[in-house]
Amino acid sequence: MTRTAAKTPTALRRPDPRFAEGLRTRPHVLPLVPRALFPLNAPMQDIGSPDTGSDQTLEDRLLAVGRERDRAAFAALFGHFAPRLKAYLRRQGCDAAGAEELVQEVMLLVWRRAETYDPAQASASTWVFTIARNKRIDVLRREQRPEIDPDDPALVPALVPDRPESADRRLETQESAGRLRAALKDLPPEQAELLRLAYFEDKPHSVISAERGIPLGTVKSRLRLAMERLRKALRDTA
Amino acid sequence: MTVPTHHPGDTLLIDYAGGALDEAVSLAVATHLALCPCCRLNVAEMEAVGGALLEEIEPEAVDPASLEAVLARLDEHPPLPRAAAPVRPPKPIPVPLIPEPLRRYVGDDLSRLPWTRLMRGMDCCDIPLSGPPGGRSKARLMRLGPGVGPPHHTHRGVELTLVLDGGFTDDLGQFGRGDLSVADGSIRHRPVADEEGCLCLAVTDGLLRFTGALGLILNPFVKF
Repeated sequence: MTRTAAKTPTALRRPDPRFAEGLRTRPHVLPLVPRALFPLNAPMQDIGSPDTGSDQTLEDRLLAVGRERDRAAFAALFGHFAPRLKAYLRRQGCDAAGAEELVQEVMLLVWRRAETYDPAQASASTWVFTIARNKRIDVLRREQRPEIDPDDPALVPALVPDRPESADRRLETQESAGRLRAALKDLPPEQAELLRLAYFEDKPHSVISAERGIPLGTVKSRLRLAMERLRKALRDTA
Repeated sequence: MTVPTHHPGDTLLIDYAGGALDEAVSLAVATHLALCPCCRLNVAEMEAVGGALLEEIEPEAVDPASLEAVLARLDEHPPLPRAAAPVRPPKPIPVPLIPEPLRRYVGDDLSRLPWTRLMRGMDCCDIPLSGPPGGRSKARLMRLGPGVGPPHHTHRGVELTLVLDGGFTDDLGQFGRGDLSVADGSIRHRPVADEEGCLCLAVTDGLLRFTGALGLILNPFVKF
């Protein structure tokens, strides 16, 4: 796929007025210039902060929180992510009050850990997703989530440890996140639905199969097909 | 360095990336990830899918007081210090046999663990987990002497076996360090340890916790 072909549909670039509600301290301001460079990670709502400009991506804001403890940037991240995190936690079985509380805990972790965020590794949404996932496992299931330690001497390194320049990697991560979102919208509905169940319902695919009366083989093949398409979109570089 | 040839597969990795697996199964998957760069890449991509799904979820209005409440608490929560880069000793560090995250559960010195002898050439040791008692799955270390295999047995549910040292062979092939065997009731699972013996992490899977019918999970290595 060429870089031109990978451009986001216009609908993705246009700020969605639904998301303006997240930030109540400033009026919603439409961006004046198209986001030519990072169209895919354009903030879904704009705060139009005069000192930082209204053209910042979520990644920029997360970096500003990490480097400068920038509260305005944090408020903008809250406006964007809190309503999504609340929806995510409600689907995990939280009641409204519990979800509000847990959203606050997750956003506090975003504030505290922002310094460790690396835009070359993940989009802001991906990073926030992993924090929310781990926090809800901790709080709702009272379990640890076993994860690798990247500094463990026993870790078998990647076969090709070739890492391009960080700036390139950051751009590539942003571009692939945009391609991924476009590919998600193109998934056949039955695949997209299973994918949402798998990520949002705290149920492994075997339980989804049993509860929905979909044969396990069908669940597996739909998830595999979905992942194959999404992987192709992610890896398809210009 | 060799990399594993038997992998968890997309659906189990999606469950791990989405956070749907319980602690014991996650422990087996994550320890496999430490030994398998290929599956690590897959999981990173699956987490990106999680990020994209979070991005497009229908947002739910948050109480306007929430932002103020969080802003008021920011100062109580100083940034967590970045983990200090490990000081590299001048000599190459010996590679621990047990990778993280399993190492923090069982430690470095396996001889200090409370092993139980099941039969000649076959020992096991339960791994305590953090969750509430009566959790869905159980995790055990298993140690088999050369050529040892459990007597004929069947099992229901799914069992994950991650080889940490040595290896075993069953109907599906040969399994060495880092290889993960995922066996369910449809597989006639008759593992026999290779000549050098076999150390593995065995997890019985309580994934089907809601269905009841499959509640009885038998570990092919332990219960027969």
